[in-house]
Amino acid sequence: MEIIYALAIGILTSSGVWLILRPRTFQVIIGITLISYAVNLFIFGTGRLFVGKPPIIDKDLPIDPALYADPVPQSLVLTAIVIGFAMTALMLVVIMAQRGLTGSDHVDGEGVKE
Amino acid sequence: MPLIDHLPIFSIAIPMFVGVLMVFLKDKRRKLNKSIGLLSTVAQLTIAVILMLGVSGKLEGIEWTNNINVYLLGNWDAPYGILLVVDRLSALMLALVAGLGMMCIIYSTSLWDRAGVHYHPLFQFIMMGLNGAFLTGDLFNLFVFFEILLAASYGLLLHGSGAKRVSSGFHYIVVNMLGSFLMLIGISMIYSVTGTLNLADLGMKAGMLSENERILFEAACAFLATAYLIKAAAWPLSFWLINAYASSVAPVAAMFSIMTKVGIYALLRVGSLLLPTGAPAGFGGEWMYLIGLGTLFYGAMGLLAEKNIARMVSYCIVISSGTLLTALGMPGVALTGPSLYYMVSSVLALSVAFLLVEIIRRTEVTQHSVLSITQEAFGLEQEKGSSDYSGEVVGVPIPASMAFLGLAFFTCTLIVAGLPPFSGFLAKFALLSQAIKLTQTEIGEVSYNAWILVGFMLVSGMITVIVLGRTGIRVFWGSGTLNTPKLTTREAFPIAILLCACLYITIFVSDVMAYMNYTAESLDNPAQYIGAVFEKRSVTNPLIGDH
Repeated sequence: MEIIYALAIGILTSSGVWLILRPRTFQVIIGITLISYAVNLFIFGTGRLFVGKPPIIDKDLPIDPALYADPVPQSLVLTAIVIGFAMTALMLVVIMAQRGLTGSDHVDGEGVKE
Repeated sequence: MPLIDHLPIFSIAIPMFVGVLMVFLKDKRRKLNKSIGLLSTVAQLTIAVILMLGVSGKLEGIEWTNNINVYLLGNWDAPYGILLVVDRLSALMLALVAGLGMMCIIYSTSLWDRAGVHYHPLFQFIMMGLNGAFLTGDLFNLFVFFEILLAASYGLLLHGSGAKRVSSGFHYIVVNMLGSFLMLIGISMIYSVTGTLNLADLGMKAGMLSENERILFEAACAFLATAYLIKAAAWPLSFWLINAYASSVAPVAAMFSIMTKVGIYALLRVGSLLLPTGAPAGFGGEWMYLIGLGTLFYGAMGLLAEKNIARMVSYCIVISSGTLLTALGMPGVALTGPSLYYMVSSVLALSVAFLLVEIIRRTEVTQHSVLSITQEAFGLEQEKGSSDYSGEVVGVPIPASMAFLGLAFFTCTLIVAGLPPFSGFLAKFALLSQAIKLTQTEIGEVSYNAWILVGFMLVSGMITVIVLGRTGIRVFWGSGTLNTPKLTTREAFPIAILLCACLYITIFVSDVMAYMNYTAESLDNPAQYIGAVFEKRSVTNPLIGDH
């Protein structure tokens, strides 16, 4: 499971990095989104990977930390997801404004040179 | 608990509630928004001053361990809950933010808050983010407050719109988002290795890591440091800064002059807490010095090549970041006190410079193209009749505005370049004298580095004098064909007050420097900070009793 997980993060990050180095704003925003997914998965993974362990204490189970997943990374991921969404939405607005003002979707707002 | 113990939370809560209230009041109630915005900054400044007196032990009846105020937000003992910590450094930064914010709001009421929507709420949110970042005692909340201040700064940067602002704003947003991702990666790695996010707890646990964990921890610190260096405008991570700061409107740029210092603050805070238990070389270490030198060089060269005056001031910001990084990268704390003094002086002087740039632009007739776009978009033209600038309507134009401007610019140049007799000179003098003291140490490498620091600082100061002096002569003496700019009291007042603040730290240099040196000492002895955090007990609920 760890290998698949790590590969998923790696592929997302590398695709994201490639995309943000592109000259079009749309590709940049998709790249940012992919990296933000990768980062969220990474944070989730830092709480260690478990299957079937709840992050909150179950009344019926005995009180033993080994039976539970670490809740802190999950709450961190939640915060990071919310912030990431908000920033992506804001960036989308900026991109649309830039497209409107410069008439180009180049990241520097320059016209496309054929 | 006495009320003063609750003060830290107010410096976050006041701008938050005021900002939210302003969103509901909408832009139609601009006058009301201005007033409550100003009141909010007055309250924040009062809180900051009281806290500053408290942490320096000048208030009666406070029982803070080591004079550090720890505020447990959820009433959980450290290291489990979220907490705010006020020490000398935090209190100083709070006062700087509140004072600068107040002046920028006063300046913007003369024109710039009308160039777009939601100016005043965004300003409150940026102050909330800054205050929070300086107060928070754990790593993740540092990230959250960074994001709050960045989100507000994106909005403020785009204020006034126009193609130039939107393009440079886009670059700014992308770079800062990548910085945030790096910070998140670093924070989560640190959590996975040490199992804590509390800064004080981290300072203790960092020394107890096994070798394998140590490698991960250092990698995490590298991620974190890169993120902070992006915010601190370190070369080569500062390429976005010049365009972004130069294209934003004057009061916003003036407020931004403190934003690069948030990165410096984070490096200083995390670095000082990790230091005794063996910090990775990244914090307070050798390569911070090298990056600082690179930043200084880049800033000085950029400054020499520049013709646009707003971009010149942006390069001055890069130079001030470079000076701080280089000085803080030197071993020991000898340079920390003077660095903090330099930071305060340069933040004040550079914000004045940004405010002046805007007025100087008015002397050049062709420069108002950006403004005229927004004037049509937001109906500024109708509001104010036929004038190009609102100067005629708001307040009375000050006679001899050119003389005032020239004097202010001259003073500002002296401070930024570090020439006598103002605070810039004292700051640089203190830095250089401490550095020269370091050259007399036995260790060869230290003395070598200290001489390089001295050389770089002197040369960058000289370049600043040449460039700003040349600009001043060109603008104020050179040509008779310039317009006399319209200057309102609302614009002249903040400039004068900020310069007076520089004058204050010049005259009372011994008191101020003593405060800075105490701050440096307490940073050098993080046991005080850690002790204060862990000795703070949660309040017992009188209804339930001890828990």
